[in-house]
Amino acid sequence: MTEPRLLAGLAADVPMALADHQAVHGGLPPSDGLLAAVEAAGLRGRGGAAFPTVVKLATAGRGTRPVVVINGAEGEPMSAKDRVLLTRMPHLVLDGALVSAQAIGAREIIVAAPRGMLLGLGSAVRERRGSDPGRVRWRLEGSPDTFVGGEETALLAHLEGRPALPRTRPPLPAQRGLRGRPTLVQNVETLAQVALIARYGPAWFREVGTPDHPGTTLVSLSGAVAQPGVYEVPLGFPIGALAALAGGALEPIRALLVGGYFGAWIGGDGEGLTLDNASLGGFGAAVGAGVVVLLGASSCPVAEVAALADWLSDASAGQCGPCVHGLAALSDLLRRVESGQTVPGDSTRLSRWTAMVRGRGACSHPDGAARMLASASRVFARELAEHARRGHSPSCRIVPTLHLPRADTGAA
Amino acid sequence: MSEKLVVDPIRCTGHGLCAELLPEWIALDDWGYPMIDQRPVAPELREHARNAVRTCPALALRLMQANPP
Repeated sequence: MTEPRLLAGLAADVPMALADHQAVHGGLPPSDGLLAAVEAAGLRGRGGAAFPTVVKLATAGRGTRPVVVINGAEGEPMSAKDRVLLTRMPHLVLDGALVSAQAIGAREIIVAAPRGMLLGLGSAVRERRGSDPGRVRWRLEGSPDTFVGGEETALLAHLEGRPALPRTRPPLPAQRGLRGRPTLVQNVETLAQVALIARYGPAWFREVGTPDHPGTTLVSLSGAVAQPGVYEVPLGFPIGALAALAGGALEPIRALLVGGYFGAWIGGDGEGLTLDNASLGGFGAAVGAGVVVLLGASSCPVAEVAALADWLSDASAGQCGPCVHGLAALSDLLRRVESGQTVPGDSTRLSRWTAMVRGRGACSHPDGAARMLASASRVFARELAEHARRGHSPSCRIVPTLHLPRADTGAA
Repeated sequence: MSEKLVVDPIRCTGHGLCAELLPEWIALDDWGYPMIDQRPVAPELREHARNAVRTCPALALRLMQANPP
């Protein structure tokens, strides 16, 4: 196991104080050469889309009066990594935002996080007063608690006082974002990684991980494991060895959901696969925001998938017809399969509709749902066919693995 | 110079006029929303494409310059 980086010095269940943070990592160096270092490190965004971080930095830096937004809206219910960083390692995240702001000439940083974390984050910001180089204004704002509210244009709409709904792009937020200003919206973990690269450099960053997918990543492990939680592993880590980090699997594993509710199902326990996009790409999966759910063999995959399809349909922002109607139709279809009440033509509708909704929304919500459902139809073909014939069986009544909190409406 | 058709999915409310005016390039999905051929519009259809853009009641359709392949 490699040394922890993001979680270095993690101790008691309290936020790490500034002095302790600096004792672990030293002071924050100046931002000179940050863009070149981030580019050489090959850092990609850790919010899910894996967008090259340097491109966002460079784009926002070309505009006038840019703003930096820390995106702490972790809408994915099975993800907890951003919460861990914001509540335990706040200064690493704030360092990453500060050095990014300095590198692109931004004087304002908005910390957008769930309301319950703002008190702690406010203390961390106050702790830094007087010690931060340069002049930057910090602002704390509550983030939306919806699934799509973490999408960057939805977050910006929320910060502008409008409902947290995605908008059509272009322009990208880095071109025209908050109130028309170029806005660097970065995921919490991405900024923490930037803070490490600023200190230790790109060569150090690449010492772990794969050449195409370097560095470490935080993984939110849940499902049939003894100790669900957030673990730091190098990218390229054997997926079959993840369960051992979390105290071992509680039962044989039927499948993994990798990448969260936007991710893909992979049959079996992941033996032989590694946690990086090259390895996962063959399964239509990606590391995404680092969510891995282990579905035990005693679970009913059809019930899980049908409930998730339902939840994703409810989580639609409700703006684009193909997403609203397509996801609702897919959800109804899965419910018919689950209960053994399919109608003629249903057998071809799943693949027809997952293909039909792809790329048809202003944001990637329909694409993510389609990816998850397409993988489910491959991995759970046998169980889906059984359910379509016979409906519920006793095994379908067990406690669901996927956490599906009651979805609010898209409005913030 | 070639152009391609783009729909703003938020504005589009699925009237479906575009698919009637330009069936060669636009089909409707199972819920009545346009699925648009992403290739540059064929030159002989360009006038029909402009007409579809002008006629869209939601102003959701537009022609934009296609990036050279």
